[in-house]
Amino acid sequence: MNKTKLELRNITMAFRTRLGDSVVAVDDLSLNVGDREFISIVGPSGCGKSTLLRVVAGLVRPDVGSVLLDGKPITGPGADRGMVFQSYTLFPWLTVQGNVEYGPRLKGLPSAERTRIALEYLEKVGLIGFERSYPKELSGGMMQRVAIARALANDPEVLLMDEPFGALDAQTRIIMQEMLVTIWQQTPKTIVFVTHDIDEALFMSDSVYVMTARPGRIKQVLKVELPRPRTFEMITSSAFIEQKRAVIEAIKEETLKTINVTA
Amino acid sequence: MQGISEQPTSRPPEKRIQFSDLWKPHTPIPRRYYLATMVLSLGGLFLVWCVLSYGGFVKPSYFLPSPTAVVSAALRMIETGELWENAQASITVVVIGWIIAALLAVPLGILMGSLKIVEALLEPIVNFVRYLPVSAMIPLLILYIGIGIEEKISVIFIGTFFQLILLVADVAAHVGNDLLDSAYTLGSSRLRVLTTVLLPATLPGVMDALRITLGWAWTYLIVAELVAAEHGLGIMILQSQRGLRTDKIFVGLVTIGLLGFASDILVKWLHRRLLPWSPRIR
Repeated sequence: MNKTKLELRNITMAFRTRLGDSVVAVDDLSLNVGDREFISIVGPSGCGKSTLLRVVAGLVRPDVGSVLLDGKPITGPGADRGMVFQSYTLFPWLTVQGNVEYGPRLKGLPSAERTRIALEYLEKVGLIGFERSYPKELSGGMMQRVAIARALANDPEVLLMDEPFGALDAQTRIIMQEMLVTIWQQTPKTIVFVTHDIDEALFMSDSVYVMTARPGRIKQVLKVELPRPRTFEMITSSAFIEQKRAVIEAIKEETLKTINVTA
Repeated sequence: MQGISEQPTSRPPEKRIQFSDLWKPHTPIPRRYYLATMVLSLGGLFLVWCVLSYGGFVKPSYFLPSPTAVVSAALRMIETGELWENAQASITVVVIGWIIAALLAVPLGILMGSLKIVEALLEPIVNFVRYLPVSAMIPLLILYIGIGIEEKISVIFIGTFFQLILLVADVAAHVGNDLLDSAYTLGSSRLRVLTTVLLPATLPGVMDALRITLGWAWTYLIVAELVAAEHGLGIMILQSQRGLRTDKIFVGLVTIGLLGFASDILVKWLHRRLLPWSPRIR
């Protein structure tokens, strides 16, 4: 692993339910992400993966523990950690270009520079020609591509992705995965990708972190032994299938636990 | 590139519409059926009016003036300037009162809907005043500021401000959290989130709220004018009643209806022009 970019130290997060019980979502979780590394976090639903991402984004404060970016503790949300959400979060009142320029505008960049940046990233996500469209005129896949361009245009050091392709159909999803990996190789960022799609995690990542059922901890880390650039033929290779089997088994064990608890 | 594939569109052949197709919920009907029904509706109402008035079914006859009587009264009132003078007085009051209410209620409503602390501060007061009928406050307002235009503007303001602030707060409270979180992760401060996310996100809802309260503003105005006024459509109607001039009352009513209708179209048009991105606009 390269030098550590992102460090999660002993993160614990608990929620109080409506009935007043305390539910531990994330329990004493620690993990390090190397500079320019692409990691995925998978786990049974409700294991606290999204919570973890929101902690790193600085949108929620952990009850215990801290997150360090380049060794410095984070105190709140910031432009150095971009995030892409599963729901469609484009600003409907801004055009495609306006959305991508939102971050650069906050930074006070001059108009010509903003336009240059916006067009650069819109080209990367294949949306040149749609600069003046409003989000309501786009398909779900196109909206998520704009959301990725918007996050990247801010030039963040870390890109946090919370099931960004979860609402897309299978074909669009594969295209999006290839596109994201290509962009990541051109503009190396540290990416933390949360998903429940094991193929997606293995195809894109350097490492896959499997979380336990609630309370969420890291159960297993899998280094993905596939060469880059990755192609879709690899999905059917025996190496891929073997790793997939390992992840499925780990997750199944955890999912069964959640079913036993509630039964 | 996915998403857009332009193909020459050939119109599908016109389908035969059966009577039962018109009664399926949430289903569009052909435009000509829609327009025909609209004409039928208005025409039917007019026909009933004609039959009742020309047929002499209503006694005494001044209870229901005939269409010709109303039209000739309207022409005379336009000629003498009476109609325009009163309409102008009413329009001025409604527009000023409603604009002041909107300018104050929109920012306060956004704050109230997005900040719990502001909600706690304003909601008890707003909900108390909201249930006081404005008409009940007219005597007090006349006592305080007389029967001039200021009193009428105050009636409109009180009548719409407290309703508007709640409507806007509700819209602001329903702006998706993911939208706010996106702005934060793009480097936005809390203040910038208010001005660059919450404000524009509430605008379509604000437009709807403005349209609704503009309708109420007309009602409050007429009530205020009926109590005491020198000029205005309300007082014009009241004076016509004293002279048993039902034809002039009808002119007043139709004028109020048309003004309300026109202001509704105006706000809808503004919505379309100012917010082309609004999800309410296809």
